[in-house]
Amino acid sequence: MMETLLLSRIQFAANISFHILFPTITIALGWVLLFFKIRYNQTGQDRWMEAYRFWVKIFALSFAMGVVSGITMSFQFGTNWPGFMEKVGNIAGPLLAYEIMTAFFLEAVFLGIMLFGFRRVPNWVHTGATFLVAFGTLMSTFWIIVLNSWMHTPQGFEMRDGVAHATDWFAIIFNPSMPYRFTHMVLASFLTVSFLIAGVSAFRWLIGGRTEGVRVALKTAVFGAALLMPVQIFVGDMHGLNTKEFQPAKVAAMEGHWETGGNVPLILFALPDQEARENHFEIGIPNLASFILTHEWDGVVQGLNDFVAEDGTILHPRVAPVFWSFRVMIGTGVAMLLLSWAASFMMLRRKRGVEGLPKPVLYALVGMSFSGWLATLAGWYTTEIGRQPWLVQGVMTTAEAVADVPAPMVLSTLIAYLVVYALLLSAYIYVIFYLARKMSRGEDIGTRIAPAPAAAPNAIPAE
Amino acid sequence: MNTFGDPTIWLPFVFAGLMGLSILIYVVLDGFDLGVGVLFPFAEEDEKDMMIATIGPFWDANETWLVLAVGLLLVAFPAAHGAILTALYLPVAIMLVGLILRGVAFEFRAKAPAPHKRLWNNAFFAGSLMTSLSQGFMLGMYIMGLEWTLVNAAFSLLTAVFLTVGYSFIGATWVIHKTDGALQAKSVDWAKGGIWGLVLGIGLVSMATPLVSTRIFDKWFSWPEALLLSPLPILSALLVFALWWMLRRMPFTHDRVSWLPFAAASSLWVMAFIGMAYSFYPYVVPEQLTIYEAASAPESLFIILIGTLFVLPTILAYTVLAYTVFRGKATELRYD
Repeated sequence: MMETLLLSRIQFAANISFHILFPTITIALGWVLLFFKIRYNQTGQDRWMEAYRFWVKIFALSFAMGVVSGITMSFQFGTNWPGFMEKVGNIAGPLLAYEIMTAFFLEAVFLGIMLFGFRRVPNWVHTGATFLVAFGTLMSTFWIIVLNSWMHTPQGFEMRDGVAHATDWFAIIFNPSMPYRFTHMVLASFLTVSFLIAGVSAFRWLIGGRTEGVRVALKTAVFGAALLMPVQIFVGDMHGLNTKEFQPAKVAAMEGHWETGGNVPLILFALPDQEARENHFEIGIPNLASFILTHEWDGVVQGLNDFVAEDGTILHPRVAPVFWSFRVMIGTGVAMLLLSWAASFMMLRRKRGVEGLPKPVLYALVGMSFSGWLATLAGWYTTEIGRQPWLVQGVMTTAEAVADVPAPMVLSTLIAYLVVYALLLSAYIYVIFYLARKMSRGEDIGTRIAPAPAAAPNAIPAE
Repeated sequence: MNTFGDPTIWLPFVFAGLMGLSILIYVVLDGFDLGVGVLFPFAEEDEKDMMIATIGPFWDANETWLVLAVGLLLVAFPAAHGAILTALYLPVAIMLVGLILRGVAFEFRAKAPAPHKRLWNNAFFAGSLMTSLSQGFMLGMYIMGLEWTLVNAAFSLLTAVFLTVGYSFIGATWVIHKTDGALQAKSVDWAKGGIWGLVLGIGLVSMATPLVSTRIFDKWFSWPEALLLSPLPILSALLVFALWWMLRRMPFTHDRVSWLPFAAASSLWVMAFIGMAYSFYPYVVPEQLTIYEAASAPESLFIILIGTLFVLPTILAYTVLAYTVFRGKATELRYD
């Protein structure tokens, strides 16, 4: 059973890690596309439509990846975690049902019109379809984050015969961590998309595809990132304070902080040792963690040792993964802040726009194309591993929910998923840059999905 | 809340109905686009593009009905959801990998470099085939009571093949409606071949179902229920005959009623589905768990029901809108 639990956890982590990459793109990219479309409607300038046409393809691709991996997620509840729905199904169920009914269908139906309807419907209907798809992805995010937040900070229910029953839907939906988590996630999506657009546009610029469409996309993305990065840092800080209030064990693990007390240093580097219950090779800034978490230099912060039961049972998450993923998130965020500000500053200087960006900055943007993914995944691990051993904080543990499926069976499906995911992820990244290269050579990048123009041998790329 | 009597009785019934409805819509809608995928290897390269064009704007929304069906099972009958899906662990996994491959192949085959297109075409076919076969296998296992025995697995392999044939049949009738010329003629041939597999499949399931369960046997062959049930086989036989007659003569002049085979095939599905639903009611896990035993708390179901009453008609309305926007013969799919 232990092995099944571990393998099921790895499988779920793999599935959700793969899945989250694509909603992270589509949530914000839908709105960016709407922005391009509205600018086109307002100005009539082709460059906005050029940007729309390129990025709508990436949207379609990301959307398909998100849909298929999302379906996998929805089945995993039943195949691997039946205990979850049996115990809290009365609460999780309606939230998921509302996601499917208010969001999934909206996105799926209007996506067809958004992608292929430009010549079939009036322009305003096409713009409207773009809006509805963007709105649908945001609704979807809302319901999923509501459920996820409720699992972190559950309220508005009572237990009857070991099953959760809803008593107050308002309290369930607007649970204490939901507003922070939702804002943090939506901003993460916008930043991920900003860096993706900036990176791919910089790539096209560098290899000579210097069109007006590339120019507006790059500008929009860099300025967007520069504006949103400080907002995200502020929201992240508020989210952290909220977590400190409701899940202090998680914050203690994020900080790598063992003993409750004041004057807590902000640890920059350490190797947390859960057996010895101390940090090795600790490098920290004195008192800064106290200040950040309590806004007082000697503020008292709860340590991990408070979360060990009398009988020695550990009730806090494993420290090292939470500690490290938190640092990866912060580190990536700082890099994103610095780069977006530097690039914005250079573009604004003497109003030279994209022309004002030196090559190293363009290369850095290309290199950071997927920095949003890194930060999002790291943040996701921080919050989700940080909830362990609880599945629903204080209500049920992860071990209680797992299915009694033989371990070899879970292992075989895990391997199958990993292989498929690795192939698809490589293909996804490859195709994005393939389209960018093809576009930069001024070739038709497949505005026609079907049928292909009759045998065009020169359409086959040289490589 | 007691306006309609005891909510622990009528709420599970309503939700079983909603779940049944979304499964039915799913097997018709995703049935035809999975079928198109299964028929892929039989088409020429340029025909493949046209076949994709017939389903491109729809497949995603079609597939969402599966999410809704499983979602409703999950929210309305959580205990059954766990029992069914853990029993079907492997076929579910195969279906998921199939759905993944098929769903992404739509996008990749149009965007990847030309030499990779063949690879994604194969992925599209393989994904559609895996999905159809595993759904057929699950149907078989469900009929046999979700017990993993050699006999049940063998029976399920048969239903796997027949459901796949059924999907490709309805897929062929869809292509008949959405195309013309050589591809349409080819689809008529595919449908002509598929109809016999379909008859064999429905016959096989109809024979096995009452044999597996004496309860279902009694339900079918007792008086006067048998009389009330008799329109199902009679209508099905008439539909099969009508399809056979039409397909021998298609395409009609000026391509009249090219939608009729698809409509007839859909009606055939509806008959088969009503038969299944009638037989298994009131069980959600065959012979083990009734919808009343497996249902969630009434207050949770009520919350969902209120939303459903508003949302479901809306979904149906914009689904109709999408099919209207892309009505008529399929044309090339363009992003601009």
